[in-house]
Amino acid sequence: MSGYALELKDLRKSFGKTEIIRGVNLAVTAGERVGIIGPNGAGKSTLFNLISGRFAPTSGEVLLNGQRIDGKKPFEINRAGLSRSFQITNIFPKLSVFENLRCGVLWSLGYKYTFLKFLADLDDANERAEELMQMIKLDKKRDVLAINLTYAEQRALEIGITIAGGANVILLDEPTAGMSRSETSRFISLIKEVTTGKTLLTVEHDMGVVFGLADKIAVVVYGEVLAFDVPEAVRANPRVQEAYLGSAVADSQAGGH
Amino acid sequence: MKNHYQFAPLNIGRWLTWGLFALVLAVAPLMFGSGLAMTVLSQMGIAIIACLSYNMLLGQGGMLSFGHAVYTGLGSFLAIHALNSVASGSLPLPVSLVPLVGGLAGVGFAVLFGYVTTRKSGTTFAMITLGLGELVFALSLMIPEFFGGEGGVSGNRVTGSARLGITFGPQIQVYYLIAAYTFVAVGAMFAFTRTPLGRMLNAVRDNPERVEFVGYDTQKVRYIAFIIAGFFAGISGGLAALNFEIVTAEVVGAARSGAYLLFTFLGGATFFFGPIIGAILMVLAFVLLSEFTKAWLLYLGLIFLFMVMYAPGGIASLIMMNLRVAMYGKLRQLWVSYLALAVTALVLLLGAGAMIEMVYHLQLNTTLGSKLQFLGVPLDAKSVNSWFGAALVMLTGLGLFEVTRRQFLHEWGEIQEYIEKEIKRREAM
Repeated sequence: MSGYALELKDLRKSFGKTEIIRGVNLAVTAGERVGIIGPNGAGKSTLFNLISGRFAPTSGEVLLNGQRIDGKKPFEINRAGLSRSFQITNIFPKLSVFENLRCGVLWSLGYKYTFLKFLADLDDANERAEELMQMIKLDKKRDVLAINLTYAEQRALEIGITIAGGANVILLDEPTAGMSRSETSRFISLIKEVTTGKTLLTVEHDMGVVFGLADKIAVVVYGEVLAFDVPEAVRANPRVQEAYLGSAVADSQAGGH
Repeated sequence: MKNHYQFAPLNIGRWLTWGLFALVLAVAPLMFGSGLAMTVLSQMGIAIIACLSYNMLLGQGGMLSFGHAVYTGLGSFLAIHALNSVASGSLPLPVSLVPLVGGLAGVGFAVLFGYVTTRKSGTTFAMITLGLGELVFALSLMIPEFFGGEGGVSGNRVTGSARLGITFGPQIQVYYLIAAYTFVAVGAMFAFTRTPLGRMLNAVRDNPERVEFVGYDTQKVRYIAFIIAGFFAGISGGLAALNFEIVTAEVVGAARSGAYLLFTFLGGATFFFGPIIGAILMVLAFVLLSEFTKAWLLYLGLIFLFMVMYAPGGIASLIMMNLRVAMYGKLRQLWVSYLALAVTALVLLLGAGAMIEMVYHLQLNTTLGSKLQFLGVPLDAKSVNSWFGAALVMLTGLGLFEVTRRQFLHEWGEIQEYIEKEIKRREAM
């Protein structure tokens, strides 16, 4: 046992001849909130795709609670306790809010592929879905089809589906992308609230969001982790400033957000 | 918390719906007593099961199968062989359970073929089902020992010991057997939509990628659903074998698969009851429309074309949309438009129909001369007057239809806007 909730060891991924992820090492302690930042095309989303099983890594290891999960399928990784959200909203558009959330909880409660039980009789699943709906503050939209929700509501539903299965490690890929300032700040407190006690990895462009949310920050540049430390140390790191942050950090330090 | 999802008042509605369904199944043959009606009703029950099982794939799972007749058809063949084994005494099975043999055959072949097809989704799935359908049809002509060659396999359902005096000789006894199977199968397929697997199947249809990230193997969801659909398809095929007492190779053919797809779509794949409407129309078209005119397939094609263009949700969605309008008390505003639409469409259809019939008459009945009767109107397929008249009627109908259609769309849009506003207002309250 390594003692880490999530550990990446020399993780690499190439598409054709281009190496996108070039030997990433990262160890996240259970309960930690990690913000992953980096310029566009640095490989942040690819990193998430490797961890969550969307792509198989070319080489290297991914360990979830000490167990290797690299090369496994997304649903196997999810069952092992890792759940993710997507940069582009990824929900079930033609199902209601409640049904969306219930789909998220069914496997974790052991219902698997059963067709011999009625959904209406699954008290634990229904109660859990109702709870989640209140947590993400969509209980008034219970029976609205997901496709008819506003963008911010869809983003909240996306988070709801992600945490529904009770996974301990949560990956959020730009959860506030496309939101207005006021929506973003409300949304961040929502994320903090619903992921309490869980290990959280967030890809985020908004510096204010990252520094407000994360215990530790990983800076990814050109497929490598340039720095991984507490926010203050990352801010102070001259290599980071030179490579990526620059004025963004200065803005953030000035207390912009 | 709990009373959130227990719909006490709705359950009454559900009892009513199912009670009514059972009642219709029970009294239908008493209302239409003729031999033809009995045949038609029996075929409707069979078609309802087939189309609903097909919609488990298409509507609920987003699986566009071009080979569903493989499962109904192979179910038919296994069932007719089982029936013959019962007759020869080698299979101790009551005739009333022979359709279950078809169901098991459906399961068996779905386990086998579904393992290949459901690994893929979308276009690839559709292509593989098409290929498998052709494969099975080709095999049916290559193995006459099992498929009976050109003449098919025939059987006799009056066999074994009659229980309670039921021999299944008279068509009415077969009808009630089919009705009982239909009721149970429809109930079971509806229940399926309310189970975890049924819901995850919808989720797989909507967004397979997301399903993988909530712990479900999409291939497995599709595969199990495919097997269940195969079971009901096989039941339908088994009932057909009992009903017709003969099974020929065409039951596994592409035309049959196409009919399931077409009529399920026509009835409405997005609602559970849509395929029931589709199945009823399928039998009416195959039995009655084909008697009425030789050009029935052409009319069918036209109807399908219009539905895809103007009402892609099928008849069921038309019904549901109008029910919604009625719920907000706005249906009264539309009936004039509906009447106008119906009349102009009828004029259009009359003109087009006259021309189609004249073409068919020229092609098929040359020996009878060029004169024909169309709905009591004497036409001459070689006279300019008849063609000019028909074309004039059609173009008039088309023009008026287009005008009323635009007027209707405008009204419809306004009503929908009103309803949206009303919903928002009620939500805010």
